[in-house]
Amino acid sequence: MQQRLLLDSNLLQITILRLCQQLIESHDDFRNSVIIGLQPRGIFLANRIKSVLETLQENKLHLGYLDPTFHRDDFRRREQPLRPAETRIDFAIEGKNVILVDDVLYTGRSVRAALDAMSTFGRPNKVEYLVLIDRLYSRDVPIEANYIGKKVNTLHSQRVKVELKEQGGEDNIWLMNKS
Amino acid sequence: MSQLKTKHLLGIKDITEEEIQLIFQTADHFKDVLNRPIKKVPSLRDVTIANVFFENSTRTRLSFELAEKRLSADVINFSSSSSSVKKGETLLDTVNNILSMKVDMIVMRHASPGAPHFLAKHIKATIINAGDGTHEHPTQALLDSFSIREKFGDVAGRKIVIIGDIMHSRVALSNIFALQKLGAKVMVCGPATLLPKYVKELGVKVELDVKKALEWCDVANVLRIQLERQQMSYFPSLREYAQYFGINKKLLDSLDKPITIMHPGPINRGIEITSDVADSEHAIILQQVENGVAIRMAVLYLLANQAPV
Repeated sequence: MQQRLLLDSNLLQITILRLCQQLIESHDDFRNSVIIGLQPRGIFLANRIKSVLETLQENKLHLGYLDPTFHRDDFRRREQPLRPAETRIDFAIEGKNVILVDDVLYTGRSVRAALDAMSTFGRPNKVEYLVLIDRLYSRDVPIEANYIGKKVNTLHSQRVKVELKEQGGEDNIWLMNKS
Repeated sequence: MSQLKTKHLLGIKDITEEEIQLIFQTADHFKDVLNRPIKKVPSLRDVTIANVFFENSTRTRLSFELAEKRLSADVINFSSSSSSVKKGETLLDTVNNILSMKVDMIVMRHASPGAPHFLAKHIKATIINAGDGTHEHPTQALLDSFSIREKFGDVAGRKIVIIGDIMHSRVALSNIFALQKLGAKVMVCGPATLLPKYVKELGVKVELDVKKALEWCDVANVLRIQLERQQMSYFPSLREYAQYFGINKKLLDSLDKPITIMHPGPINRGIEITSDVADSEHAIILQQVENGVAIRMAVLYLLANQAPV
């Protein structure tokens, strides 16, 4: 199987630091901002971003997890149904500036479902979207990210495999052919 | 496992422990949805469900209807008392007429045991049994076990006694199947006349003394005396039943441990259970009702997925 390393542990760390600095430029002291990681892998990235931001500035940040499974538009259209994961948002998002965090932006359908799912918790003031990997020119819906770790040109026959320490093993992000 | 093997939910007897656990895990997520400011998800927005009730129901019908609406399904309600069944239409004709209106799923309650099984053989739509006579009431058993799991963390190893009219109770039979599949120990207790002759063959303990039964168990599921299903007298009087089999505070206080009290509703206060017990901190009767919506959402969601667009 052909594969290419997009980010290793060191590059990932640098990328996350850069993303955090960009967030600080837009969100100042984060007093009215919250972070929401998208299940399943966006939550690990959201956790890392939270801890880096808390070392770079004084305020503690609210972090939640959001699972968009029940809001997806491909229910009854997939061969294998998706298993839902935990949603945990124990703070009000009404009037907040929300930063949605995910690992890979591909067709945009997951984040569309996530925007729907998030709206069941209230009406945020503003929603921004942060992704580690943006697969360019492959959107099914008109959605783009505000903060991007790395832009990659990919084919539909390829997939981005995200391996993070939190799931065991090393930090490595690969572009590989679907087997 | 991410989907059910079965296309219909006709009874607990037909599903595996793994399938029950999948329903529970999915219900956990729906319970979370039910506690959000907006308690609705769009999953079943292209699914039409008919609630077909040939027998009276308050809780089950409302619970199913709410679950369907929380999942954004289109819902139609049918009750036999106000329908052409009164004019002599057969079950199959009635249901086929409903299905010709492009209905995807049928939730059915019927007084005849096996009615949903009969329908499942003859029609294409997904059938969910909401109670068939004295046979099964699968979603009630699922929500009962789910409530025990919520209270204790796990059903396996728990001791549950089902008290009351076991013979006429579909809740009892479905509960026995569900609890045993989940690894619980089950006892039934009631007047000898209301215990089915072959109940021991299901592998349950049988006890005629309610005090001994309570001393043995962690959870008591107290059933309603079903006056409408009793063509003959199985016990001398309701007063006598309340005296010998009614659960009251004095009886519970005489035990050396607290017992969780469940009841599938509707409660005959003062007969099978007294008000001070039904309203006590050990009763999880209202939690059962709340969990009913989440369990039914999980069942509808998982079965809808079995019928792809």
